[in-house]
Amino acid sequence: MHIKSMPKSITRVLAATAVGVFTAGISAPLFAETLTVYTAVEAEDLKKYAARFNEDHPDIKIKWVRDSTGIVTAKLLAEKNNPKADVVWGLAATSLMLLGEENMLQPYAPKGLDKLDPKFRDSKNPPSWTGMDAWVASICYNTVEGKKNGVPKPTSWKDLTKPAYKGHVIMPNPNSSGTGFLDVSSWLQLFGEEGGWKFMDALHENIARYTHSGSKPCKLAAAGEITVGVSFAFRGAKSKAKGAPLDIVIPTEGIGWDMEATSIIKGTKKLKAAQTLVDWSISEKANKMYNEGYAVIGIPSLAKPVKYFPKEVATKMIDNDFAWAAKNRKRILSEWQKRFDSKSDPK
Amino acid sequence: MNKGIAVVEMTAGAGIDGRKPYLRINNVTKKFGDFVALNRVSLDVYEGEFVCFLGPSGCGKTTLLRAIAGLDIQTSGTIEQAGKDISDLPASERDFGIVFQSYALFPNLTVNRNVAYGLENRKVSKADITARVEELLNLVGMPEQGQKYPAQLSGGQQQRVALARALATSPGLLLLDEPLSALDAKVRVRLRHEVKHLQHKLDVTTIMVTHDQEEALTMADRIVVMNQGVIEQVGTPLEIYRRPGSPFVADFVGTMNFLAATAIGNGKVRMGNIELSAGNDGANIGEGTPVTLCVRPEDVMTRNVEADTPNAFEVTVQDMEFLGSFYRADISPRDDEKTVFLADLSINLVRDKNIIKGMNLPVAFPESRIRVFSQT
Amino acid sequence: MTTAAAIPLPEIKPKLSGDDRIMRGFILLVGVWMVIAVLLPLYFMLSKSFEDNDGNFIGLLNYAEYFSTPALFYSIENSFFIAVVSTVITITLAFIYAYALTRSLMPFRGAFKVIAMIPLLAPSLLPAISFVYFFGNQGVIKGVLMGETIYGPIGIIMGEVFYTLPHALMILVTALSTADGRLYEAAISLRAGKIKTFFTVTLPGIKYGLISAIFVVFTLVITDFGIPKVIGGQFNVLATDIYKQVIGQQNFEMGAVVSVVLLIPAIAAFLVDRIVQRKQVALLTARAVPLEPKKSRGFDTAMGIYCATIAFVILAIIGMAIYASLVTFWPYNLTLGFTNYDFDVMDGGGWESFGNSLRMAAYTAVFGTAIIFTGAYMVEKTKGFALARGAIQFLCILPMAVPGMVLGLAYIFFFNHPDNPLGMIYGTMVILVVVTISHFYTVSHLTALTALKQMDPEFEAVSASLKVPFFRTFLRVTVPVCLPAILDISIYLFVNAMTTVSAVIFLYSSDTNLASVAALNMDDAGDVAPAAAMSVMIVLASATVRILHAILTRGLARRLQAWRKR
Repeated sequence: MHIKSMPKSITRVLAATAVGVFTAGISAPLFAETLTVYTAVEAEDLKKYAARFNEDHPDIKIKWVRDSTGIVTAKLLAEKNNPKADVVWGLAATSLMLLGEENMLQPYAPKGLDKLDPKFRDSKNPPSWTGMDAWVASICYNTVEGKKNGVPKPTSWKDLTKPAYKGHVIMPNPNSSGTGFLDVSSWLQLFGEEGGWKFMDALHENIARYTHSGSKPCKLAAAGEITVGVSFAFRGAKSKAKGAPLDIVIPTEGIGWDMEATSIIKGTKKLKAAQTLVDWSISEKANKMYNEGYAVIGIPSLAKPVKYFPKEVATKMIDNDFAWAAKNRKRILSEWQKRFDSKSDPK
Repeated sequence: MNKGIAVVEMTAGAGIDGRKPYLRINNVTKKFGDFVALNRVSLDVYEGEFVCFLGPSGCGKTTLLRAIAGLDIQTSGTIEQAGKDISDLPASERDFGIVFQSYALFPNLTVNRNVAYGLENRKVSKADITARVEELLNLVGMPEQGQKYPAQLSGGQQQRVALARALATSPGLLLLDEPLSALDAKVRVRLRHEVKHLQHKLDVTTIMVTHDQEEALTMADRIVVMNQGVIEQVGTPLEIYRRPGSPFVADFVGTMNFLAATAIGNGKVRMGNIELSAGNDGANIGEGTPVTLCVRPEDVMTRNVEADTPNAFEVTVQDMEFLGSFYRADISPRDDEKTVFLADLSINLVRDKNIIKGMNLPVAFPESRIRVFSQT
Repeated sequence: MTTAAAIPLPEIKPKLSGDDRIMRGFILLVGVWMVIAVLLPLYFMLSKSFEDNDGNFIGLLNYAEYFSTPALFYSIENSFFIAVVSTVITITLAFIYAYALTRSLMPFRGAFKVIAMIPLLAPSLLPAISFVYFFGNQGVIKGVLMGETIYGPIGIIMGEVFYTLPHALMILVTALSTADGRLYEAAISLRAGKIKTFFTVTLPGIKYGLISAIFVVFTLVITDFGIPKVIGGQFNVLATDIYKQVIGQQNFEMGAVVSVVLLIPAIAAFLVDRIVQRKQVALLTARAVPLEPKKSRGFDTAMGIYCATIAFVILAIIGMAIYASLVTFWPYNLTLGFTNYDFDVMDGGGWESFGNSLRMAAYTAVFGTAIIFTGAYMVEKTKGFALARGAIQFLCILPMAVPGMVLGLAYIFFFNHPDNPLGMIYGTMVILVVVTISHFYTVSHLTALTALKQMDPEFEAVSASLKVPFFRTFLRVTVPVCLPAILDISIYLFVNAMTTVSAVIFLYSSDTNLASVAALNMDDAGDVAPAAAMSVMIVLASATVRILHAILTRGLARRLQAWRKR
């Protein structure tokens, strides 16, 4: 008897498990609506973001799905025919553009759109996405290791191609890291297509290795595992705050940047709640919250300096052509892979 | 040929007492791929009878038993039990108890639980089960051992428990698959008697598979000798031993001398220079046909052989082997050293006549003890 | 001879008993499971490798692209290089270690054996993290590498050796302990020297075990993902390429192509191992006199020193991971503390992921054992139905040949297909449990089969004759008698579910983040110390369950000894 009913009971328990997993996400008040929000915002900030939002909208619960830029983008694309996300809050604008091309975004003009820096919104009307803050490239330089290894503090991108840096530089792989991609696309814009690749060829000679994640080079520099990590300013400031012997260098040529941006995923069944969230995401309160970690935000008038964050960031940001970057993303990445992601690398 | 013998001898078999056939096996064939394990085997087993399937390994005896049990159902042919066609029924819908060589006792259950195993599933009250288990354990001579686990018992004890378990549900048919083969010699001999006694007492129709001729001869009412998927002979132990139906049976059961000879008509055969009368056995074999003459060593007459004793001739003792209660001697007809056969010489005879190697003496093959088989 | 002989008799069609029907039903259920959980996903993956981004069939174009991209197909060479070198080193080390354990009388053999098994409890990225602390740029003994970087083939190979050593060791110890003592006595009486005896008796005797160990290690290395991911640096291998294609570039089709490329050596190694295993079984059944090692002071001392060295290295690697997890901010703040265990402020899902892992491992152990053991019972004990049983037997063995990453990717294609009604399990705990059970099905299935084969084959016949339904006997006799094997299976599934990364890396969702994946993601984000901390938590959980298992088994053995003891 026992045996006979076993398959049934297995399915029942498995189903119960599934339900359990499902309901685990809805442990909020009964009337609350839950939004599934995909994000690439740094893990340590997620709780703060949700809490601040819930101060104003306690009836909307956020279920975070957090991963690095490349992975979140991949996930969204993979689920294209069967979207699981309601909102994306905090993903690279270039990634959102990619999703826009796949017609996955729900255009919406949130309240207070006019206060945003025009750079921080999709040019279409109504826009498919709105920006939160700028996420800018920078170099994390470990002063202790620099001294020990005789590696001088760089001031420019070009510095990094000098022989003194051989084996002392780490940067993210643009194929998996959003930071890596903004570096590469900014170099191509700064130095021109040909000059950009030439620069990278030279840089490649000095690179110890490419990481999958954009924050890792800075964390490795903070831990002294490497002297120079090509990363982004936010990460550098955070590590410095932890006591790492870091200098955050803004190269003189200018720095690439991308926006963390917000959008509604087309086909969501919770459009109303999603719109409420997007409205809030460009509110003054939200911008002030972004400003706690990022110096450059969507409403520039609210921006205050951030501790350990280099002051010159805003002036050094290049005039980034996101449309160009998004359109050429695939070509750039495959060219990069062909050149650098092979076994000719240092062993 | 074999089937013919089987049918004839079956009706002549002893111990049937006018009982009805309980199990009717009709033309049962079992194939494993191209290999024919049983080839059109037919047999009737009577109510209350103890039948042994005897034969070398691979002869099909176990296959036949498993077909009867429904464990490996035959390819074709029918089996009837108690008047009901059970040919296609699975084991669980047949009526039998079974005991295996390996005992197959459930190691994690006590003796009591093992014996009660088949009862617990039926609508039998707990008290009745306890009483029945006690009764059965008494029956197999193991009272008060019920709380033990199988591993705490000797092999013989385990096999008794297995027997009790098989009998617990009072099956109409008891199947024993080499039940004594795993036991040591002394236990085996004792259990033979016990099993036989029990079977007689319960009057349960029983089929036992064995490769041990002694076991078959001592236990069975009738023996079914099998070879290469067919029945060679069916008969009482005495018939099988005394009148083997084929050279195979003659060879397989007991010790037998096989001697080359030629039929010379009138029921006589010639072995070398010696003419021997073979009685009825040689009667229908045409003159000049080469034959095999069979005689058991113990049937070679060595005492009181006179010149006028039938089938007497002079022999030379080539060699003697002391086997405790008798000597087994290699013997050749006097002028024919190439023909050698065995003869059992009693200790008395050897002492009285002071027989030694190389000695000549007269022997005789009693006509009624000779079997002759045509070699063609 | 008889007249009836000419007429062919009608064939008997055996009627099925209720038991037969239920058992066949179960066999079919197992079959359906294997088809859904292994065969169909693989088919979807295979077909994906012949499709473009929009799902159109494009033949071998993806493969053409693969082989015209040096960055990709160089990985084949890299993978083979790593696998071959790691296999040679692991087998050599493991062989001497196993030889010492079985053929010497050195002290502490029991302890050495236990220590060598510890790597089984760790996720494969743990040694990689330890090596960063040993040999990285801030490493405590980085000088040992003489300027070579640990981030690359050296680190990968060292990590793989640590990770595969116990696997090789288990096989080799078994092979070496089944030696026939009589052969050695013969060799001595023939005055064969030690070396000659080794090559003429020892090696031939363990030939099949050795081959099996070689292929098992080779397969483990070539399909491993955790170690090259963490310490591989720029050195790309097939397993990390799949990850990069799928996660980094969202190129699912190319991911499928690399998967197929990885599947080929895995299947080849698997086939060789199967053939060899079959021969080995025949060898083992021969009756032999167990070899009793003789005391030899010099040899025992040498072996003792060797084993102590290896055991020390293993403990040092684990110890370094623990130390790494406790250091506040390596290398600038060496205060010890638990800040790195504050997983909730890191990537990877926080402490919840550890809880998820425990749950996932528990479900896998419970349901996996039930499914696998019942399935093995049906395959072994069902009468007739030979074709279906044969097919399912094959399907049960197949998962061993499928690398975890390949299986995981295949699950995306199959379970996330919009038309798949089973898609509802995508992104839930259920799919993680299903993929983990499937990934580790084969070894569990074979363990169950071995235990079942040791049971008296006539139990079912006796039950049938007593008209007791089979499941009663299954529950009252088979399961209790096989309990040690059942516990072994569940512990195997639990520990593997705790440590596996490759099978689940594509399938976890934000609700079902797992500890092993969290460790990987934390390392990925540069939080190496927290990654070490999470790995340590996994080791602790696995070790705790292992110890509980040992206690339970001992208690059980004592309880059940009543019917085992004479």
